[in-house]
Amino acid sequence: MPKRIVTGIRNIGHRVIDGVWRLGVASRFFLLVLFKSGTSLHRFNLVIRELYFTGVLSLIIIVVSGLFVGMVLGLQGYETLQKYGSESAVGTLVALSLVRELGPVVAALLFASRAGSAITAEIGLMKATEQLSAMSMMAVDPVARVVAPRFWSGVISMPLLAAIFSVMGVFGGYLVTVVFIGVDEGSFWSQMQDSVDFRFDIMNGFIKSCYFGVAVTAIAVFEGYDAPPTAEGVSGATTRTVVTSSLVILGLDFILTAFMFRGVS
Amino acid sequence: MQRTTMDLWVGLFVVMGIVALMILSLKVGNLNVYNPSQSYVISGNFENIGGLKVRAPVKSAGVVVGRVTDIQFSTQTYDAVVTMNMDSRYLFPKDTFASILTSGLLGEQYIGLAAGGDEVMLKDGDKIMKTNSAMVLEELIGRFLFNKAAEDDSK
Repeated sequence: MPKRIVTGIRNIGHRVIDGVWRLGVASRFFLLVLFKSGTSLHRFNLVIRELYFTGVLSLIIIVVSGLFVGMVLGLQGYETLQKYGSESAVGTLVALSLVRELGPVVAALLFASRAGSAITAEIGLMKATEQLSAMSMMAVDPVARVVAPRFWSGVISMPLLAAIFSVMGVFGGYLVTVVFIGVDEGSFWSQMQDSVDFRFDIMNGFIKSCYFGVAVTAIAVFEGYDAPPTAEGVSGATTRTVVTSSLVILGLDFILTAFMFRGVS
Repeated sequence: MQRTTMDLWVGLFVVMGIVALMILSLKVGNLNVYNPSQSYVISGNFENIGGLKVRAPVKSAGVVVGRVTDIQFSTQTYDAVVTMNMDSRYLFPKDTFASILTSGLLGEQYIGLAAGGDEVMLKDGDKIMKTNSAMVLEELIGRFLFNKAAEDDSK
């Protein structure tokens, strides 16, 4: 067998082993964060401060994106449904798409890009400038003081952002189809309310966004804490947060959808 | 930024999130309550309502004159009792004919009112006596096939 093929197989093997090892390290770190969360939840001001950075500062992108996604869904849905004379079903299409899928998923993707990358960069820079080491020297646990509040702020803000995204999307769909195009308002809401189920659609969407919140912030804090303490290392970690989070969100979405909406039409 | 300002923004964010969840539950989901205004209520018994939904429009000459507020099954007459909330600006004669119609091929179902010639108008709590049920495609196909078979037998 040529030497190049052997080297290639060996490299793939190394990458797989590295990946599994890194997953182990990340899981151990995640458990450590959960274990040390008691201290940060006791000092809830730290979480409130981080909620401002992860939640409030992500609002603009979530609100604007939600509005436009809803408007596009309304326009596309109307174009298709009016061919069959059932344009009043556009409310159902907009609401179900947003509440079940686009709300939690797109909000999580935006959250990973906006807040997740910021968390990684912040923790990575604190590590690079040896602020975390200084904390340890002063007997302040950096995981409890820096990582856990950021983790919980992400977990709390993600479902709220997803709900705001969905509502803005429904409003965008209403704006385009009812206000601009002239679909009957009563039919728009009645068909929507008839099709959207509180338990199966709204609650499952909410639960999904909670899972995404945990996944994105866990990846963000781990990548930041694990980043090599150099400018290149921090930039690499930030990129990895966005890429890994996006892939995990999409993969997790498939698994959760398969579990939640099994047998529900 | 001052801590109080930051707290205010975070509070506002949480309130926005909770309000969004409430809107999703009450307005988008089916946990809402319909509040009529300036209207009178009439009802009608239909043999089959097909896919008629609560809040479906009640139209006359293509104009929305009311909405369906309730659909119940009557155990006395074994048919559907549809309650309609009519706009008080539009009054209809007592012998008005109510039919369940479909807009378009796959469109929503609504109630179409055809005004009669009676001088007495329908008032709050009245019942429409002349009704026509929804067109059920399965029934039509079944009737067509039955007639076809009868024709073949007679030949």
